[in-house]
Amino acid sequence: MILSVFHETRYSYDAPMRGAVQSLRLFPSRFDGQQVIEWEVSVDNGVRGGRFRDGAGDQVEGWSVRGPLSEVVVRVSGRVATEDLAGVLRGHREQILPAAYLRPTLPTHPDPGLRELANGEAAGGADALDRAHRLAEAVAEAIAYRPGVTHAHTTAAEALALGEGVCQDHAHALIACARLLDMPARYVSGYLLATEDGTPHEAAHAWAEIHVQGLGWVGFDAANGCCPDARYLRLGSGADARDAAPIRGVALGPGSERLDVTVAVEQAQQ
Amino acid sequence: MLSRTAENLFWIARYMERAEFMARLLEVGARIALLPSAGHGYRSEWESLLQASGMAAGFAAKYGDPVQRNIESYLFFERDNPSSVASCIERARENARIVRTALTTQVWDALNTAFQEMRQLERRPRSQLELFEMTEWTMRQAALLRGAIDATLLRNDGYDFLGLGYALERADNTARMMDVKYYVLLPQVEFVGSGLDNYQWQTLLRAMSAHRAFHWAYGGEITAAKIAHFLILNPQCPRSLVNSATLLVSHLDRLARGYNRTTMAQRNARALLGELMEMRVEDIFEEGLHEFLQRMEREVGKLSGMVHDAYLSGEAR
Amino acid sequence: MDGTFFNEMYHDGAVRTPYARLEDWMRAMPAELRQMKQAEAEALFRRIGITFAVYGEGGDPDRLIPFDMFPRVFSQAEWRKLEHGIKQRARALNAFLMDVYGRGEILRAGRVPAHLVLGNEAYERAVAGIFPARGVYSHIVGVDLVRTGPDEFFVLEDNCRTPSGVSYMLENREIMMRMFPTLFRENRIEPVDGYPDLLRRTLASVAPQKCDREPTIAILTPGHFNSAYYEHSFLADLMGVELVEGPDLFVEGGFVWMRTTEGPKKVDVIYRRVDDAFLDPLCFRPDSMLGVPGLMDVYRSGGVTIASAPGAGVADDKAIYTYVPDMIRFYLGEEPLLQNVPTWQCARPEDLKYVLAHLPELVVKEVHGSGGYGMLVGPRASAEQIEHFRARLLRHPDNYIAQPTLSLSTTPTFVEEGIAPRHVDLRPYALVGERVELVPGGLTRVALTEGSLVVNSSQGGGVKDTWVLAE
Repeated sequence: MILSVFHETRYSYDAPMRGAVQSLRLFPSRFDGQQVIEWEVSVDNGVRGGRFRDGAGDQVEGWSVRGPLSEVVVRVSGRVATEDLAGVLRGHREQILPAAYLRPTLPTHPDPGLRELANGEAAGGADALDRAHRLAEAVAEAIAYRPGVTHAHTTAAEALALGEGVCQDHAHALIACARLLDMPARYVSGYLLATEDGTPHEAAHAWAEIHVQGLGWVGFDAANGCCPDARYLRLGSGADARDAAPIRGVALGPGSERLDVTVAVEQAQQ
Repeated sequence: MLSRTAENLFWIARYMERAEFMARLLEVGARIALLPSAGHGYRSEWESLLQASGMAAGFAAKYGDPVQRNIESYLFFERDNPSSVASCIERARENARIVRTALTTQVWDALNTAFQEMRQLERRPRSQLELFEMTEWTMRQAALLRGAIDATLLRNDGYDFLGLGYALERADNTARMMDVKYYVLLPQVEFVGSGLDNYQWQTLLRAMSAHRAFHWAYGGEITAAKIAHFLILNPQCPRSLVNSATLLVSHLDRLARGYNRTTMAQRNARALLGELMEMRVEDIFEEGLHEFLQRMEREVGKLSGMVHDAYLSGEAR
Repeated sequence: MDGTFFNEMYHDGAVRTPYARLEDWMRAMPAELRQMKQAEAEALFRRIGITFAVYGEGGDPDRLIPFDMFPRVFSQAEWRKLEHGIKQRARALNAFLMDVYGRGEILRAGRVPAHLVLGNEAYERAVAGIFPARGVYSHIVGVDLVRTGPDEFFVLEDNCRTPSGVSYMLENREIMMRMFPTLFRENRIEPVDGYPDLLRRTLASVAPQKCDREPTIAILTPGHFNSAYYEHSFLADLMGVELVEGPDLFVEGGFVWMRTTEGPKKVDVIYRRVDDAFLDPLCFRPDSMLGVPGLMDVYRSGGVTIASAPGAGVADDKAIYTYVPDMIRFYLGEEPLLQNVPTWQCARPEDLKYVLAHLPELVVKEVHGSGGYGMLVGPRASAEQIEHFRARLLRHPDNYIAQPTLSLSTTPTFVEEGIAPRHVDLRPYALVGERVELVPGGLTRVALTEGSLVVNSSQGGGVKDTWVLAE
């Protein structure tokens, strides 16, 4: 399948800012399931900085914008040929040992509720892969998809207690549970073509990856009750949402920020 | 040189000059207040003094009515007042501490001693502290620092940033000081040319330590025109605007030569100096003394911003 | 009185050779002269403005650390042995860092438990896969040593991040030379004043490959409110480099720039005295105002060298310390020249059993704590404290290690009543760049309270000049 992506992020400020710096992880991961046909990332009036591949295999590029400025606009567009590998991240070059993804972080910190969830039915799975699948199902059952009830800083424990959330909350909860069962897990950010029933997505998407002995990293999208397939486009990973954020940035100055995001992921004509 | 270091040096000079200005301002106020006033109590003089120095709002918020004792405290000791003598000396010393290695022992000692003695002054009961002792002490500290700078500091770019701080602050202060007169007299135009008027001009001269110098230079009756000429246009007067502008241009020229880069600040300072050198005192009165002084304050503010953009922001390319 | 402790000056009823000439000096000094000199030294320290807390102990920033005029002396042979041992250690620690942020051979081989490294707070995933210039992570390694006998030295801990105190090493010497010039004529003492130059050359040698001219070096300080600010400005001044704060730097076009009065100037090597967490709000703590946004991207793309490299702290963690001898064998194929203090890992059942049985004679430390907090000094603890600690130990054995109480050596020290032996430790500073180098000396800390083994300045510790005699 060929996915075409258009993604624009606009930060607007109500007072002139002295400058802005950004670290972008907006490049499709290189693995057997993704072939980049064309891809372009740019920041309006920005100066391109260094680009490198980090230990997790993600491509990162630094940008800066000289002030005075009133907005920062990040544009991403391109086409990628994708293939369904049943969620397995095959052929992805990375250096970090999976055990580095066992340490809990603030949003994935376990509480009794998460412990109970992790040690429920899922723990009894036949093997690691089965346990991971069961965990994803358990999380999907425990947290109903409902936008607007949680926010960027909601923790896995809070979302679970609430019983509702969005893809970020599902991913955090699944990561927390997997780590409790001593399975390395991480947060993945990317794009998704459409949900099962065909509704297009408004924003960028996120899911979890769990490391399964023998298979390597396997993606699980608890929010949609499936493993990433050809409709998914993977960008990068991290220990949690903040760590895996496709855009990290800061603008210097007194103004307050407003964020507008437009994402369009479509299936391109073959 | 690191821009922040230049900025620290620049502000050491500005704060010390400002401390001295505050002391002089207090002295003007106290002397005017001693005068048996013709119909309007000293309250209004103190008020106009606060107006001219731009501290009226801050004072009102803290104390309300302008009682002399409170004004003295506010202008001298008050830490909530960023322009008080104590605040200025503390900030000057703090800026110096940060760039300690860019200063000589003598310069640091002068600043540090001023700071330590200020703390001792603060501990003394106010009833035992005469205003004139406080103002004289301040001017002595400022002079000691100037002396240490002149005698021991390397004449590199750091010296120029100190010099710029001094020149800009002094120009601003002279303009403001002269404007006190405007505020004092504003409600009673009929006093112009009266004995009271003359006494006020004299007080102003005294506070600028220019009383004797003025008489040597001009002699005869004190008139507004002579004073304006002396404090604005006469290069012999160390605090005159033309002198500050000359200093400004010389430091900016040295920096431009040293860095091999001309700046907007340099061009504007030269234009200002040119104007002041060409000017006759009649031109000033034609424009209106108050209006002229206000314009000068704006020019100085603009120049200060240009110095910041050219050297202190570290972003000029 | 100190029969159980090794006295570095008097041993077996005789004066040890390195201290031979100090015996006369000591005897020839009348009490009044000594007091005068002591006052003179204090006045000198005050004038220089050297007031700070060593090793980040906190406390009053204008506090003066007591200076003891009686020097601590090593013979050339003693020093050479220490020097080789420290260099070996510095090399192994750097090899370890390169490895755990690279292929992780030592973890795969099972020589160091993977979870101790990868699960460690100080392990920075963000720098994995990055190859710093010359493969150096820790450019300044401070090795804390104690002595227990003529030939017995133990490493107490390693400091791979930004060990402090080197300004004391330099100032102590400066002041001793000013006050006792004859001592320096009579004894041939190796100089230490080459340190700033050596540090500058070391840092220049690790400039990024992209740097094609004489590298620009800057020292990054948290600011003048930091307790070690004096040391930062002192080093910057002696090295002839700028002392910068976060806001003095910015990133653009893949490089780091310094704001100067002549416009932006490219910086190639940053010797940072700011913790990892505060280096870059985009990468680490988002609320940090001390750092430089985007710095880590420039570092990771090879535009700047950061010394010590972010993530270096994983090598000096107390839990990792036990494995340093294994690292030396694994990476260098050598036997360790300096010994670790024997350490029991309470995480191991058999070790825990031993520790629980010997609590009154051991020192038990928390693994991730930094000294003092959560520590049991067996010989000084009450029965009740020991029982309380036993319970904590049983609840979380993984959190603790235990070591024997060491008999720290003593050196003569000027005290109220005259001269008396006091316990000392030593921190030399290894510089790692193109080569591994040390100036002959270090910082000697002395416990000024009689019988005390605690050399921390916050608890009555002082400092001494440390001599290495030439052949």
